[in-house]
Amino acid sequence: MAVDKNMNILIVDDYKTMLRILRNLLRQLGFNNIEDATDGSMALQKLRQAKFDFVISDWNMEPMTGIQLLREVRSDDSLKHLPFIMITAESKSENVIAAKEAGVSNYIVKPFNAETLKTKMSSVLGEF
Amino acid sequence: MPAGVVDPDIEAKLSVLRKRHGDVVSVSDISDVVESIMSSMKGDLTATDLEIYNELEALGRYIHEAKDDIAALRPDEVKDKYLPSATDELDAIVQATEVATNTIMDATELVEGVMGDVDSEVADKLMEATSTIYEACGFQDITGQRITKVCKALQDIEEKIDGLVTAFGSEIDKVKEAQLAKGEEDDAVTDKDLLNGPQLSDEAKSQEDIDALLASFD
Repeated sequence: MAVDKNMNILIVDDYKTMLRILRNLLRQLGFNNIEDATDGSMALQKLRQAKFDFVISDWNMEPMTGIQLLREVRSDDSLKHLPFIMITAESKSENVIAAKEAGVSNYIVKPFNAETLKTKMSSVLGEF
Repeated sequence: MPAGVVDPDIEAKLSVLRKRHGDVVSVSDISDVVESIMSSMKGDLTATDLEIYNELEALGRYIHEAKDDIAALRPDEVKDKYLPSATDELDAIVQATEVATNTIMDATELVEGVMGDVDSEVADKLMEATSTIYEACGFQDITGQRITKVCKALQDIEEKIDGLVTAFGSEIDKVKEAQLAKGEEDDAVTDKDLLNGPQLSDEAKSQEDIDALLASFD
């Protein structure tokens, strides 16, 4: 099935420059409907207010971290099937294991490149 | 007196000290406690008593010297001057890299904007180049996170030093007074004093300030 490039994507990061980088890279991949949030709680609020098809989140944010956001999403009946990719500088095995156990769809370690972003998104959405 | 039995006078003295200080004695009170015990030793001293006396005296001396050494390091100065300055410098790095990153991205977005005006082969090359620039801009996020970690470590160090400053307050004051007196004698600016590096933006002089200062010599 073809990937819908009009899907609504929520990007979450406490660094505004990273949000801008992600937005630009996603736009270059053909995705234009992008919303952002600067921590997990803001993201959760947006996810409950509007329909999103994909979440790309950082881990290390305050007050709500990316892993807390992921757990909230997976425990919410209306959101639990939402594809969720973690993009983070946290690269220890224990982080990856914790994220996997919490139900992450895929995991990207910073610094990352556009090709990795595309590959990881494809692994969740199918080739595009 | 049999070995292992404490002199009743010393026991009484220890009990008083325990009541006054509790089971944990602060660093600043250790010398007083040791001196107190030593002064309570009286009468015919056995060889063991003398050995204990000498050990206590050496311990007292050692603690006194250690206190002086730590006070001379001026932990108050580290806490009040160097640590806040280090944190400010690190914050300035984060801000400067953020500004630079956004400037780079502004320019890159402009390049992206003209991709529709060129042929597809050139547009593909521009797309690849701009992607690479965006990826590289991720350094600001990574360095920012590392610097935040260092700032948190500095905060932890500040709390520990705060404890030292409280414990060694009076000794530090003595060292401060001595250093102040010495400073008044030799306050000439050396070449080393002039090596300050870049100034933080709210302290830095503008080119206009510099020009005005230079003009004031005319």
